[in-house]
Amino acid sequence: MSETNAIIAIAARDMLKFLRDPGRLVAAVVFPFVMIFLLGGTLQLNLGRSTGFNFIAFTFTGFLGMTLFQSTAQGLTSLMDDRQNDFAQELFVSPVSRYSIVFGKILGEASVAIMQVLPMILFAVILRVPLTPAHIALLVPVAILSCFMGGAFGLLLLNTMSDSRASNQIFNFVFLPQYFLAGLISPINILPWYLEALSLISPMRYVIDLTRGVVFNGSPEYSRVVLASPTTNVAVLALMFMVFMVIGTALFVRRETNR
Amino acid sequence: MTDQAPLVDTTRADASAHVIEVRDLVKRYRKGTVNAVDGVSFDVEAGQFFALLGPNGAGKSTTISILTTTLAPTSGTVSICGRDVVDDASAVRGQVGIIFQNPSLDMNLTGEENVRFHAILYHLYPYRPLYRMMPSAYRHQLKELADVLGLGPELFKPVKRLSGGMRRKLEIIRGLMHHPRVLFLDEPTSGLDTASRRSLWQYIRDLRRRHDITICLTTHQLNEAEEADQVCILDHGRVVAKGTPRDVKAQLVHERLILDAVDRDGLRRRLRELNVPFRDDGALVIELNGRTAHEIVRSIEEPLTVLRTESPSLEEAYLRILAAGDE
Repeated sequence: MSETNAIIAIAARDMLKFLRDPGRLVAAVVFPFVMIFLLGGTLQLNLGRSTGFNFIAFTFTGFLGMTLFQSTAQGLTSLMDDRQNDFAQELFVSPVSRYSIVFGKILGEASVAIMQVLPMILFAVILRVPLTPAHIALLVPVAILSCFMGGAFGLLLLNTMSDSRASNQIFNFVFLPQYFLAGLISPINILPWYLEALSLISPMRYVIDLTRGVVFNGSPEYSRVVLASPTTNVAVLALMFMVFMVIGTALFVRRETNR
Repeated sequence: MTDQAPLVDTTRADASAHVIEVRDLVKRYRKGTVNAVDGVSFDVEAGQFFALLGPNGAGKSTTISILTTTLAPTSGTVSICGRDVVDDASAVRGQVGIIFQNPSLDMNLTGEENVRFHAILYHLYPYRPLYRMMPSAYRHQLKELADVLGLGPELFKPVKRLSGGMRRKLEIIRGLMHHPRVLFLDEPTSGLDTASRRSLWQYIRDLRRRHDITICLTTHQLNEAEEADQVCILDHGRVVAKGTPRDVKAQLVHERLILDAVDRDGLRRRLRELNVPFRDDGALVIELNGRTAHEIVRSIEEPLTVLRTESPSLEEAYLRILAAGDE
């Protein structure tokens, strides 16, 4: 019970930090407006009709999955910031288990990511993306899984960084290619074999594809938009999550004490 | 160097009731070329006030990090309250409190939120999102500690708006919340004004008296270590002296007699005749080295203009020990 309290306290701290950061709050509203309305809207106007795609729904699902995944992953790097601000000392000398620290951190950053996508869903409804209450209900577990995947991926990345400046560089290096390999904005139904291989090892691919699998379910373009069945995507994500978590946590705990 | 015994060791071997036991502790950082801590051993009894002294880079903070489980030792063993810091780290963490050398507060939270976060991490109270929802025991405890350190409404301001001294007080309040059996104080009073420093030490004295808490202090303020039951001086990662402050001082620095006369040359001649070594330092300074001041003064007939004895401070003993280690 006391570990649960500690996990909630660690998670609540991240949510509080987000709610007190006006810059991040504004970004959470402006970002989806730019991405869905401006980018999705212009793609729809120029390419939508000729390709038979709903590009607004396509970019919305892409950015929804990406935001949940990447925001949680990047949030995990605040463990790096904490270490630099020496706040990690407070966490690491407390009797809370290392696993609870990591879990609390992932839970907190996942909650922040979910709060960040709420304006995005609102924009999507306003822009008449066909979202039924059933879709939204199904998106809840998908969002949770996407965030946990991002958390595990962030934890693994955290172990390769020496400071938060390195973390920015790694993030540009690791996330930017995934935007294209996971089909964030443009479809990836046809890829050369080497890009297909890279795409298959990109966790973001499965997150985005799962989101699309839910939102495009029952629509005529489903088979042209969605790459794999939601069951396959969930299975791959669950497997990746477990592998990343075990390796990431072990490396993290070892690295914290074995300097 | 590794076989060198401490210059002074006045501790008595007593295996019972050691709340801290450090044996042959060695730490070499991954990219280090020398050992930051190089074969350190010491014991601290329950309820003692123990001070770890040494210049920058002596290995104090590394030792404290190992003792508080945030750093793994390269070799050697450390136990706190009978629990090994490596094998039973979680149990050790529940027994110790730490006031860090570097600020470790979350700047995005208020002072009270930082303390509440700590109290929940230490399993003292359940999580509640607001101060007013916290149990009254928490609110009382916080108020009592805040009163001692002179923090009032500032407690509810964001930490980033507090002064350095107030942040320090806040860290101290936080470190005492869970009534630790061993309290590690890593340079705890740096940044505090004299009044706050005094009230902090008064509170720590009370705490020791009431709860039999063991204090492990590292400090550059050597006057703070004068009250210690035991001091341990580190230099280049090794113990160069340990024992009570009085013993360490007595072993290394002796009382001195300071004399001067109108006829200083006459006084010099007299001291030479008496075979008493002295040095000219404004007045004539005589290290007593076991002699009594009376013994020397009664043999001097020259009228004196200055006559006084000086007892060394721990600081002088400390500087001499370090100087001896460098020779």
